[in-house]
Amino acid sequence: MILEALLAVTFAAALLVFAAPDEYAPKLAFGLSLLPIAGSLYLWSAFETGGNALTGGEIAFNTVVPWLEVAGYQLQWYVGLDGISLPLVILTTFLTSLAIVSAWTPIDDRKSQFYGLMLLMEANLIGVFTALDFFLWFVFWEAVLVPMYFLIGIWGGPRRKYAAIKFFVYTNIASLVMFIGFMMLVIGLPVNSFGLPEITQSLAAGELGNFFWLPSETLALVAFAAMFIGFAVKVPVVPVHTWLPDAHVEAPTPVSVMLAGVLLKMGTYALLRFNYTMLPAQAEYFAVPIAIIAVVSVIYGAMLALAQEDLKRIVAYSSVSSMGYVLLGLVAFTEFGLGGATFQMIAHGLISGLMFMAVGVIYNATHTRLVGDMSGLADRMPIAVWILVAGAFAYMGLPLMAGFAGEFFIFVGSFGSTVLPYAPVFTAVAMFGIVIVAGYLLRAMQGTLFGPFNLETDYDLDRAPIHDVAPLVALLAAIIVLGVVPSLFFDMIRDATVPLLELLGGGAP
Amino acid sequence: MSLLLQGTATDWVFSVRALLPVVLLALTGLVVFGINSLRPDGRDNKLLALTSIAGTLSALGVAIWYLLAGTGQPTHGGAISLFSGAIIVDGLGLFFTAIFTSVATLVIAASYDYFETDANPASFYSLLLLATTAMGLMAVSNSLATVFVSLEMASLPSYALVAYLKDNRGSVEAGLKYFLIGAVSSAVLAFGISLVYAATGSLLLPDIAAQIGSVGDLNGVLGVGIVMVAGGVAFKTASVPFHFWAPEAYEGAPAPVSAFLSSASKAAGFAVGFRVFATAFQPALDIGIDWGLLFGILAVVTMVLGNFAAATQTEVKRMLAYSSIGHAGYALIGLAAITAGASATNATVMGAAMAHLFVYGFMNTGAFLFIAMVERWGVGRTFEDYAGLAERAPMASLAMAVFMFSLAGLPLFGGFLSKYVLFLGAINAGFWWLAAVGAVTSALSLFYYSRVVKALWLEDATTDLDAIGDAPTGLYAAVIVAGVVTVLLLPGFGPVIETAEAAAAALFA
Repeated sequence: MILEALLAVTFAAALLVFAAPDEYAPKLAFGLSLLPIAGSLYLWSAFETGGNALTGGEIAFNTVVPWLEVAGYQLQWYVGLDGISLPLVILTTFLTSLAIVSAWTPIDDRKSQFYGLMLLMEANLIGVFTALDFFLWFVFWEAVLVPMYFLIGIWGGPRRKYAAIKFFVYTNIASLVMFIGFMMLVIGLPVNSFGLPEITQSLAAGELGNFFWLPSETLALVAFAAMFIGFAVKVPVVPVHTWLPDAHVEAPTPVSVMLAGVLLKMGTYALLRFNYTMLPAQAEYFAVPIAIIAVVSVIYGAMLALAQEDLKRIVAYSSVSSMGYVLLGLVAFTEFGLGGATFQMIAHGLISGLMFMAVGVIYNATHTRLVGDMSGLADRMPIAVWILVAGAFAYMGLPLMAGFAGEFFIFVGSFGSTVLPYAPVFTAVAMFGIVIVAGYLLRAMQGTLFGPFNLETDYDLDRAPIHDVAPLVALLAAIIVLGVVPSLFFDMIRDATVPLLELLGGGAP
Repeated sequence: MSLLLQGTATDWVFSVRALLPVVLLALTGLVVFGINSLRPDGRDNKLLALTSIAGTLSALGVAIWYLLAGTGQPTHGGAISLFSGAIIVDGLGLFFTAIFTSVATLVIAASYDYFETDANPASFYSLLLLATTAMGLMAVSNSLATVFVSLEMASLPSYALVAYLKDNRGSVEAGLKYFLIGAVSSAVLAFGISLVYAATGSLLLPDIAAQIGSVGDLNGVLGVGIVMVAGGVAFKTASVPFHFWAPEAYEGAPAPVSAFLSSASKAAGFAVGFRVFATAFQPALDIGIDWGLLFGILAVVTMVLGNFAAATQTEVKRMLAYSSIGHAGYALIGLAAITAGASATNATVMGAAMAHLFVYGFMNTGAFLFIAMVERWGVGRTFEDYAGLAERAPMASLAMAVFMFSLAGLPLFGGFLSKYVLFLGAINAGFWWLAAVGAVTSALSLFYYSRVVKALWLEDATTDLDAIGDAPTGLYAAVIVAGVVTVLLLPGFGPVIETAEAAAAALFA
């Protein structure tokens, strides 16, 4: 019942904030958002690792309640956690609170609606990571989009309406493709529920039949491709990434934090849960094209970032690059590949959140994000600037920070992959991406932060207020802690990902 | 008339009890007449509205009570046949009566405000109640004679309702168009009925079914007759090829009337279609009259035409009119796919179409009633005119967003499950191509539905919205109730689909 309580508290908090008057909404939202954090920390303390939830491992805190029966299928309220989803739940609750605090300065319009939508989105995100019935999961999955649509469309920048619609249409069409693919798969299976564990185990037992005239082998490939396309838009990878920079640039800072920090992870989480857990053989079949997509995302995303002048666009494109690493880890299908990919989701959530927040703090003070418009900010806003530098180094994979651990695991995993042909070549090319990352981040840092102070706009530069900087410090602390002690999360992640290797008869470490 | 006189006193009591929802509606219509004739000059808008709502609500209550108690259903002695089989009370009839009375209740509540300044509201309420009565009769008609009479009884008040704003050119023109096309399609239907009678020698649906096997050389006559009856159904449901009246009538009519016609009247047409084709014409499939293919083609054309035309509209009400045609296409799947053979799959797909009409009754009525509210404010008709309404009327705009997303089939509201079950049922029945067209057009529909949400929530007001100070009680209540029901139909879809499937299964038993 603890997961239901967590969801109920978060939904109730959202409603309470909606109803609150504007002047109390920011503090109230922050106060209430501490409750889900407390809940997720309790889950962490009470959690005992027990394998992968889908392949027959133990499902922590699970509840199964029948919902309704349609056309011979039982839909259920089915929630639970394992070592993959728990870190993501913790990330969601943690990041939402910090994003709420970072919204205190920039958001000054329709506040109770803004904070209410943030909490509503948090509740639906927790739902996405805990749901184990496909229908329930899909409801939460789509329910995340609606608050995001409004958050970008109402509080965003000048081209917010275009960005919001583009985000909404892209992700919804992707959802439809994924939905059709998954439904074809389920219709071909002798299951009578949409429980993800049942479906996974039925597939693992080789029970997939034909879908009308489609033989089961083709059906599995078609379903894999449809689901991959659907989730790839969400991640996003090249070439379906074009909604991301628009959404990020137009979204207000706290919304960018949630978008980069948690919403992108929905895509990789779903890839891991659906494509790579349910259809590992098809994943092996498609390994080379997907690895190419991953490597192209890494290199092309980084090169696009290199060409940007807007700080937010730089961070946005570098997200495309980072998610390419996650995809590479998944393709490798090794202990460290899958584990590293999952760990990198958390690490990137924290680091990109930190980067967006730091850029937001600078923007609050300077009202510009263009690299050419400012220089020498380090003299005037030392704390914010040094945290931004630290975040940039975390992005570049400085040892003892979370980004290093994630990328290192992925490279170790993908280098020795037996599933992916030419794995060392792909790994080597992807590693080159780090050099480009260092290039564009250092260029941007040097241009804006150091050198003689100069600001094109006439704006009084004050010290950033404490509630702007505090979330940055908290995130930086989390990044360092995870970098020094990655086993905090990596142990439970490994415990949940290693069982997947048996699906392909065990791989190299 | 001799039919009515055959019964003894106890039969009369029994008949009234069995037909209680319809009788209550007719009595309320007469009471409204009575109030008006006792006080011809008194404008008792409130009294009349409350009386009408009491009537529709009690009819709704009785229908639900009978459904729960099992009246006329296989578990409790099967369908109740009255008046020598011309009327049959069963689950299907009661289910559709529940739809009509729910819609009528919402529409009356909204009309209380909409016709506040009307000189003689009594005529409006009584026309609406009599039309609802006739729809209740359509749902229980078991003979082509009662089908025709009740269909005309429902159509005549509808013509008057569309043209109710006598001083408004659009309203009168719409009424005339509706009447002309209605007259033509009535002639077609009557001719079709006569051909069916010529071939089979009976008007009672079960007798027709029994005779079809022995029509011999007259199967051509029967085929033409069946096609013409299908034309009558197409008119009432606003499907291709008799859909021309719908955009004009819905746009020109007062918005509450548009809500009533596009929800209740459409459902009534389907009630007739389901019963006539499932009961009487099922055996015609065996002698080569494939009306399933006819409805399949009509469904495809209706879905495509309705959705594409809706996407090109500039006025919200007209867009909803075309979307209503598109939804007729979805429900037509339920008519096309009951030709597969196995009664279990037939019952599933027809039950799904019925459940979709039920959900549609709330979300579509709500959407048109929101337009009624906007018309009352005098804001304007185009998407641009709707800009920024959310700032002045957040609750109603939220409800409108719910209706739009639910109509589009976003998996957050009832409209998703009903569409999904319908498409799944069509796939199970072998009509995967209908499901495919449905899914694609449904995805397209998100484009134009989201334009309304975008205008309401994201755009800044272009016109002076100061007029929107008042909150009309009845209209607001109707819109909010419809919105709440649309939301609750996601978790609470189980009882609806189970009732609908059981009612449909009884027809195929």
